[in-house]
Amino acid sequence: MNDTALTQLQEAFPSATCTQVIDTAVLDVQTDDLTTTLTALKENFGCDLLLDVTGIDYLTYPKPPQKERFRVVYTLRNWRDNLVVQVRTGVSNPKIGLPTASSIWESANWGERECWDQYGINFSGHPDLRRILNHVQFEGHPLRKDYPVDKRQVLMESDSLEAPLKARLASKDTGHEAMTELGTDVMFLNIGPAHPATHGAIRFAVALDGETILANVVEIGYLHRGFEKLAEKHTYNQVIPLTDRLNYCSSMMNNIAYVKAIEKFANIEITERAQFMRVVLGEFYRILDHLVCLAAAGVDVGGLTNYWYLYDEKEAAYDFISKLCGGRLMSTATRIGGMYHDFHEGWEKEMEFHLAAIEKGAGDSQGLMEKNRILQDRMQNVCRFSPEQAISFGLTGPNLRSCGVPFDLRKDAPYYNYDAFDFDIPIGSNGDVYDRFMIRYEEIKQSIRIIRQAMKMIPGGPVNVNDPQVHLPKKAQVYTKIEGLANHFKMVFEGVHVPKGEWYDGYEAANGELGFHFVSDGSGTPYKCKVRPPCFYTLGSFPAMVEGSMIADAIVNLSCLNIIGGELDR
Amino acid sequence: MALGIEASLGESVLTSKLDEIINWGRKYSLWPYVFGTACCAIEFMSTAAAQFDISRFGAEVVRYSPRQADMLMVCGTITYKQAPILHRIYHQLCEPKWVVSVGACATSGGIYDNYCTVQGIDQIIPVDVYVSGCPPRPEGILNALMDLQKQIESNSILIDPQARHKDFRGILDQ
Ligand code: SF4
Repeated sequence: MNDTALTQLQEAFPSATCTQVIDTAVLDVQTDDLTTTLTALKENFGCDLLLDVTGIDYLTYPKPPQKERFRVVYTLRNWRDNLVVQVRTGVSNPKIGLPTASSIWESANWGERECWDQYGINFSGHPDLRRILNHVQFEGHPLRKDYPVDKRQVLMESDSLEAPLKARLASKDTGHEAMTELGTDVMFLNIGPAHPATHGAIRFAVALDGETILANVVEIGYLHRGFEKLAEKHTYNQVIPLTDRLNYCSSMMNNIAYVKAIEKFANIEITERAQFMRVVLGEFYRILDHLVCLAAAGVDVGGLTNYWYLYDEKEAAYDFISKLCGGRLMSTATRIGGMYHDFHEGWEKEMEFHLAAIEKGAGDSQGLMEKNRILQDRMQNVCRFSPEQAISFGLTGPNLRSCGVPFDLRKDAPYYNYDAFDFDIPIGSNGDVYDRFMIRYEEIKQSIRIIRQAMKMIPGGPVNVNDPQVHLPKKAQVYTKIEGLANHFKMVFEGVHVPKGEWYDGYEAANGELGFHFVSDGSGTPYKCKVRPPCFYTLGSFPAMVEGSMIADAIVNLSCLNIIGGELDR
Repeated sequence: MALGIEASLGESVLTSKLDEIINWGRKYSLWPYVFGTACCAIEFMSTAAAQFDISRFGAEVVRYSPRQADMLMVCGTITYKQAPILHRIYHQLCEPKWVVSVGACATSGGIYDNYCTVQGIDQIIPVDVYVSGCPPRPEGILNALMDLQKQIESNSILIDPQARHKDFRGILDQ
């Protein structure tokens, strides 16, 4: 962010308090000014991407920054000018709450629903304010500080989704009333969550005219396992294994995004080697994530052969990962201030071996798929999305780029020397399922390019900062020196102390912008840790994408969006 | 040299106990229904793929309908929101049926000791084999399969196989 942006913002909103936190502009506004501020930011400052909506509960916060117990934060991005703005406002009465922003951005719909579900903050005028992550019989709001982490509530019977589906159907002008005159009727169908095409954790209900979808609602939360509440009970480093399990197809990228956010705010400069390691491994995992998506999408359109081609390379890559991290799926490889440890000897050769194998495997698979008539018919011009729609729904990553929007944090807000690498950002031309599918093959090629360059440039040296307040001391010191022992003890029991404050930081993960919003009270445990998962907002756009298409189209669309339950529901 | 009845019928006929022949058939043709909800399901994908190849154990016919399967593999975290669905799927499975709890989450809630996660699926349905690990390696899943095959060997057609769980009452059984 440049300095003029901050001055311009302050001039445009004189009644708001405008501050800068890392490279985010933060506006504190009165509740009455909220809607006008948000609208003006979108219209005049190009903030057309609403990244996230979240609440904060200051009940147990030492010396809270405001008199109200709750606060709501909207995080916006102007992707053209690399400007992130957070708009915050206090909530004096959560039952009355705030006016909704869902008429400004489509993505606010799900964001505010989650905020209501987790914090019990109302949004007046919201079209569909229901629970989203927790089940229908749940009482209370789990992210409030007075909700005990282990207070469990049993659900006896699943929600039928009949009411929301009928409401959605009624709100649409589909002409279905005329169907009765033809002696036919709208059919209601439930798909998932235990359905192979919904990958285990997503459920959707559709109203059908024949095979055509008239209205669709998506139900999520089947894999809501309380990541954000658990994170408040662990030290910063203890949360890293939990981040593995967000997007478990590319666990390393979550690790990196998480520690990157903390390091940025706590002003911890990691070593050059660690930065390059994170680039190499991040891109490697991006490839693996895309491989799983492509393999599974192939299976969903009936092309099993493709699965064997692609999964073989993923399986082989596990050998490399096991050597580095000790496990196959879960990496837990980063630490605040660097990495768990350095690469093993001879890693360059192994990496090059895997890259060559992936190039071959993905190339073979692309050859099978690209010119395949069946695949083209199933995917081309199906579930098209315009760039404006995609941005309004908060899509990021390959799904956004397939709609023709060239936004990629690695280019637009480079970190870890990404500006030193020579690589391209593939974009789609049609915004259909075919683009969402093919763009991943292209991204694999670009990631391979980046890794090869990074492997040439990676310097030697340590992979961790040399700071006893951040990183565990060497074992030799722990066993021989009293300061070493004391440091070790403090690090393990209290964790890394992060200065008091609130901030947001984003990272270009395999599926889009993976952001972390922290509130720190100065201790070694996050006061609040909110994830901005790319999948969540992507899936929010699903009904708009599939309405008007056939059921079979919805199925291929779902697999090409690559929704991962772990980060979707957290 | 064949003895008894086999001697008079020629070499094309073998005699055996009915129990043994049925158990032999069952244990090498378990049809899994994979209730994959989370990360553990990715390791099941590896178990099914070429390198570990679950078909060596006769269990590769992964079914997508519980009506066609007899082995329920619960791979992943089960939340309270998911629990009624798991419960229903279990009851839709053909009998005799077996349940494998794959991974720490399905077995005990794993690292998720909190408000939304069921602390082990045996609070909802009876389990025959537990697999440790977060996630278990594919070898672990195959080992569970072999364990199950051993259990099946001791079945008898004179005893209803579901009788072993007749006293089971889960939190959703009212
Ligand atoms: S046991 Fe571990 S790997 Fe398996 S579902 Fe649970 S968190 Fe994921």
